[in-house]
Amino acid sequence: METLKLVASDLLMVVFAPPIMLGIIAKTKAAVAGRKGPPVLQPLYDTIKLLGKGAVYSKTTTWMFRLGPVVSLAAVIAAAALVPLARAPLISFNGDAILFVYLFALGRFVTITAALDTGSSFEGMGASREAAFSSFAEPALILAFASLAYRSGGLTLARMFAPYGGPSAAASTVLALGSLFVVLLAENSRIPVDDPNTHLELTMIHEVMVLDHGGPDLAFILHGAELKLALMASLLVRLVMPEMPLVGAVGSLILGLAATAVVIGLVESSMARLRLIRVPQLLVAAICAATFGLLLTLR
Amino acid sequence: MSPTSRFASIRNGEALDFSMIPVVPMDEFRSAILKMAAANHRLCALFGASKDGRPPGGLLAVLADDIGGKLYLAASRPVASYPSLTPDLPQAHLFEREIHEDCGIVPEGHPWLKPVRQVPPDKVAFFQERGAEVHEVAVGPIHAGIIEPGHFRFQCHGETVHHLEIQLGYQHRGAERLLGAGPDRRSLSVAESICGDTAVAHAWAYCAAKEALAGAAPSLRGEAIRAILLETERLANHIGDIGAISNDAGYLPATAYFGRMRGDFLNMLMVVSGNRYGKGILKPGGTLFDIPDEMRASMIETVRRSIVQVKEVGEMFFGEPSVISRLEETGVVSRKLCEDLGLVGVCARAAGADRDVRQDHPLGLFRFRHIPVIRLNSGDVFARAMVRFLEAQRSLDFLRGLLDHLPEGTTTVPCGEPGPNRLAVSLIEGWRGEICHVAKTGRDGRYEWHKAVDPSFHNWIGVAMAMRGGEISDFPLCNKSFNLSYAGHDL
Repeated sequence: METLKLVASDLLMVVFAPPIMLGIIAKTKAAVAGRKGPPVLQPLYDTIKLLGKGAVYSKTTTWMFRLGPVVSLAAVIAAAALVPLARAPLISFNGDAILFVYLFALGRFVTITAALDTGSSFEGMGASREAAFSSFAEPALILAFASLAYRSGGLTLARMFAPYGGPSAAASTVLALGSLFVVLLAENSRIPVDDPNTHLELTMIHEVMVLDHGGPDLAFILHGAELKLALMASLLVRLVMPEMPLVGAVGSLILGLAATAVVIGLVESSMARLRLIRVPQLLVAAICAATFGLLLTLR
Repeated sequence: MSPTSRFASIRNGEALDFSMIPVVPMDEFRSAILKMAAANHRLCALFGASKDGRPPGGLLAVLADDIGGKLYLAASRPVASYPSLTPDLPQAHLFEREIHEDCGIVPEGHPWLKPVRQVPPDKVAFFQERGAEVHEVAVGPIHAGIIEPGHFRFQCHGETVHHLEIQLGYQHRGAERLLGAGPDRRSLSVAESICGDTAVAHAWAYCAAKEALAGAAPSLRGEAIRAILLETERLANHIGDIGAISNDAGYLPATAYFGRMRGDFLNMLMVVSGNRYGKGILKPGGTLFDIPDEMRASMIETVRRSIVQVKEVGEMFFGEPSVISRLEETGVVSRKLCEDLGLVGVCARAAGADRDVRQDHPLGLFRFRHIPVIRLNSGDVFARAMVRFLEAQRSLDFLRGLLDHLPEGTTTVPCGEPGPNRLAVSLIEGWRGEICHVAKTGRDGRYEWHKAVDPSFHNWIGVAMAMRGGEISDFPLCNKSFNLSYAGHDL
């Protein structure tokens, strides 16, 4: 019974939290610009609408193209099972952090190959950008994980991402947090790395890879991307936010996710996109921050 | 012998008897143009000037002396082919392609003689680069945003663009042919539709040419209202453009604020003319409607408010470091390139060229009230955005001054009918740059032909050049900073 409740609450988080988070980001950006903005539930409506549509496949594509959306969503859902969303994660073992990173990589790999499968010059361009930038984002993620794993004494997400006592650990926490936040922006195609709202196919990174997908495939991709954002955000929230009184574990996580969404919205409203050639510089800065964090914990 | 002796000279907005224009053999025509160009004269227009457009026909050239404020005209005897000017005078490249397409006259030795607008673009050849890691990216004619159709072919090596070829022609409507059938009741509407966002400037150029042909002088109050409309049109577009540049850079607050302010200026045009793009108010002889005192007071109020708002939002936009780093050194066009290719308007002034019809060839109210010319030197996206911001502020100052002291009198005087066998040239500084209309009447006083050159015709090659060696991801931003018209090019 207890397990069933856990699965049910996790499922609710996996289905509803990601689109609502995106809706809060959009609402924040609209508020800063003086607009009303779309309803907070709009991304959810979009997903439902897309699920009801049919899909169109180009004749040049193969099974790889159809596999992409399914596998990438499955990989992110599998990663969700490792993340301590509300209380304990569904699955937890020593080394699950490594699996978590590789599940993300698997999702990226199938998305990139599906993009290349179309033979479109746009999608090829997007794929090459995604591959290039994630090769900078991954080291930052791994290094930040390493410092957290070292100080918690194990490669378990649940133990790594928990408020860790003492002012002596504050510096390494801040550095890990900073580099993970940059990775979060980069991995989820947010400003300043990518612009999720642009219609300009030549400047896109992630969005241009999924131009040829439609209907349920696109719904899978969109939900997968939203879930990825929510998972990374919930790790960050657990790192800094202790369980708050009155609202409980789930409540504090939800509040934390909403706060993260507002912060992302504010970041997007307060700066322009980076020139594409500068993106690696930002990611290298994240790598450096993560490395310093690691050095501080090893000290 | 001075090079000008082969040319008839007039000022902007004047007409002359067609027989006054010297008709010289082609080789003299060619060498005279080259000599004039070497002496800092600029090619405003070069086109086949025969009525039916069938070979052999003669060519007609309009050259501008921006310092002396004069326009020089010369015609060639009919030819079937001639040695191309383009290798010696790159700014003639598109004019010669147009001559080839419209009149069948062959400019021999033209480096890239392909159709301009009248052949389906899937039937023309594109420049192609070959190599192991070179790839081609084709964009358009249908784009992701709601914009006009145009086809762009990039030759890329990774993210670096080696060459961009722009193929237009999807918007060809035969505007020049319709204008040449006039003057009739629809001529003015056709002129206003050459380029929908430059309706006032094209209408003014059309009216000025017709007034010159008829020997009429428009009323002073009419001239003042035209100037108000032209500057309001400039404001609406400049402000809208900075907002659009901000959007492409991904900076949202400025996009929203500039977008709203653009609406203020469009609404101002609406109040005066009954149309958000200022259509239907200009007419030969003056303007159709007056600005009553009550309306004037509300416009002054809008201008006052806008002066503060434009400055505040502009300072927010240009004060944001991430915006500056995105705009600077993106899409650079050098001063030399501007001069060689004959670029006009905002992109020429952003590269340091001192080129503004309102200053160089003033017409109407600009003879009495001057607007300082804004020039920057870097020639990048930042400079083009900054020129727009500064010009918008100068236009607001101009509007405030003029609205406070609007000349008295009627808005319009009778224009009369054009005289026979005359030719008139009118230049107007639209918000994109120089608009040139050349009209010629036949024996019956009706047009034989009517040539219109939109600034986009000069400037599209500038976009292609700005992309060379740049990153393909910078193209949308770079393109937006030029914001050229497809319809104005395709006519």
